[in-house]
Amino acid sequence: MSTDLIHPGNPVEPFLRTDRMPHIWCPGCGIGTTVNCFSRALIESCMNVNDMAIVSGIGCTGRVAGYVNLDSFHTTHGRAIPFATGLKLANPKRQVVVYSGDGDLFAIGGNHLIHAARRNIDLKVICVNNLIYAMTGGQTGPATPGDVITSTAPYGTFDPAFNLPYLTEAAGAVYVARWTTFHVRQITKTMQEMFSKKGFCFLEIVSPCPTLYQRRNKMGDGLDTMKYYKAMSKVKHGANTKDVPLSRQGEIIVGKFVDIERPNYMELMRNKLHDSLGEQYVETDELTCEEATSCSDCS
Amino acid sequence: MQADPAGVLTGSHFLDGDHACCEGALAAGARFSSGYPITPSTEVVERFAARVPTVGGTFIQMEDELAASITLQGAVWGGAKAFTVTSGPGFSLMMEHLGYAVMTETPCVFVNVQRGGPSTGLPTLPAQGDMMQARWGSHGDYEIIALCPNSPQECFDLTIKAFNYAEKYRVPALVMLDEVVGHMTEKVVIPTADQIEVEPRHFTTKDPNNFHLYAPDENGAPEMAHLGQGYSVHVTGLTHDERGYPNMTPQTQDSLMKRLKNKILDHVDDIVLYEEQDVEGAEVVVVSYGITSRVAQRAIDMAKDRGLKVGKFRIITAWPFPEKQIREIASKVKGIVVPELNLGQMVREVERAANGQCRTKLVPHAGGTVHRPEDILNAIVEVLR
Ligand SMILES: Cc1ncc(C[n+]2csc(CCOP(=O)(O)OP(=O)(O)O)c2C)c(N)n1
Ligand code: SF4
Repeated sequence: MSTDLIHPGNPVEPFLRTDRMPHIWCPGCGIGTTVNCFSRALIESCMNVNDMAIVSGIGCTGRVAGYVNLDSFHTTHGRAIPFATGLKLANPKRQVVVYSGDGDLFAIGGNHLIHAARRNIDLKVICVNNLIYAMTGGQTGPATPGDVITSTAPYGTFDPAFNLPYLTEAAGAVYVARWTTFHVRQITKTMQEMFSKKGFCFLEIVSPCPTLYQRRNKMGDGLDTMKYYKAMSKVKHGANTKDVPLSRQGEIIVGKFVDIERPNYMELMRNKLHDSLGEQYVETDELTCEEATSCSDCS
Repeated sequence: MQADPAGVLTGSHFLDGDHACCEGALAAGARFSSGYPITPSTEVVERFAARVPTVGGTFIQMEDELAASITLQGAVWGGAKAFTVTSGPGFSLMMEHLGYAVMTETPCVFVNVQRGGPSTGLPTLPAQGDMMQARWGSHGDYEIIALCPNSPQECFDLTIKAFNYAEKYRVPALVMLDEVVGHMTEKVVIPTADQIEVEPRHFTTKDPNNFHLYAPDENGAPEMAHLGQGYSVHVTGLTHDERGYPNMTPQTQDSLMKRLKNKILDHVDDIVLYEEQDVEGAEVVVVSYGITSRVAQRAIDMAKDRGLKVGKFRIITAWPFPEKQIREIASKVKGIVVPELNLGQMVREVERAANGQCRTKLVPHAGGTVHRPEDILNAIVEVLR
């Protein structure tokens, strides 16, 4: 996207750091599409952007935090979820969104993801799954399907891939959905729904990487991927997550798979400490420390 | 600013170093900690987990040290004063996030109760083997602040100092205990809150439209911004400009790296703490830190009984290193003796600062227990020979 393509009056413009354009993503990449959906979800949910913070890890998707005009954190590889956990616990009223890649969230960060889901930390996790480690040059990732050629699997992958919704549900997420970048309206709606849901929510967005995935696997360009997503996606709300693995060119089951209620970490903590400590428990909404400006008042 | 009385357990207590460290953190205003259990450090967060809900704050036990060392940084940006606690193997895992805190100028505290290594080493026994890791363990060029208490009282006092330095210079500050100091129990006097100076967080009062998150004030460290008040901060571990935006030019890297180093190096006189005894007129000075300084005291007393002119210099701030002080000593004495619970770490700095002006002699010990005072005494005698 170049600067002159951002029209004055473009509704998503206030949500973007337009002074950082052009962005680094390749033509045909799906990440920008997801950011557009995210901005629209913010608008449509009438959220005050000041109430939201976004945390990314490292990778092409990890760069999202740098382009949205929110309190935004580009952390270390795999650690967006624990950073977001600290942010959320110190500031429970804030909506904290984690936005990162499949490799970042499920390989190096896999341990953090399952534990945050287990604890039901109130985070909205958006995973752009391009089926590959893109930023480092197209290596095999934890979500790469079998028989795909990658730069580290020149004869085709053979190590089994994670089924991300199945894993996330098993770990304890209260909300699990999947769409592809063909489903822009559904993505926007799902994001809105996540913003109003308490607890660990997970959205997988299957997204093209024309540069390193499609090309190497002779799957055409971004437009061909859209045609594939359109033809092969089947909406099955409530599908058993066990039945939704992705394959190289097979069916893509999309929809909302999980939407349950379960107390989140903050509620569990408060209840337990209330029960055990009674009057002695000092509940906090924010852990914000004193400001320097109060200095002169006391000394 | 003075301490919040809620966190200050005023009175005389009989505490071990780990517990005293926890009390120091609470007195300094820490209301968040994320940890992962490891001997001999866990008592710090065990106490914190029990105490902090009665003060207004949170402890979370994370799934590993990688998580612990970044969760606390999220909490800091969320507004809390926060710390984590670990020992050797966990400290190794935290190194990437030590660097992240340096790069993003996140004020926070890492406590390391050192044990014998490398690897799992000696889980329940002392060493001073992480002194160089503290300084060089993360990648790239950086400065941090590291303090070495030698008693439970100092575990309390220096933990407060560490939080204060962290806020003042927007840098991760390290408290480097060793197992003996962490587990020894002594009298700890905790003053009243109004006697405890606490460095507040330096939040900007500027308008979001003319505020740059990484524009340094005259002290070299930038102001912080409250989240959620329209500042739309962008924090990244990438090399960044004053707005916090990634910028990969060698020029930006050069000026950022120099600023991050100089905001510490320009203030060494404020940061470097040490203790000196009979250095004036001494022929040999024993330079030590942590538990080793207490064993060295015994050796020094024995040497004095024999009529030897021995001084003592105790390193309290290990990083930045008290280079000026050691160079001065080296210009006046025959030799410097450096006992360490490792096979030679801080002695390299001592040698560098002494710059050949006098002999330096290491008294190494691989850890597991403390030195025999006789070994330090022998080194003193040998240097004088
Ligand atoms: C500790 C660490 N290990 C490795 C890397 C290198 N690295 C950068 S991005 C990346 C992969 C990102 O893949 P993914 O999360 O799938 O995001 P994508 O680029 O595909 O959007 C890796 C391995 C790193 N930055 N840090
Ligand atoms: S390499 Fe792939 S994922 Fe990364 S920006 Fe390009 S198309 Fe997108």
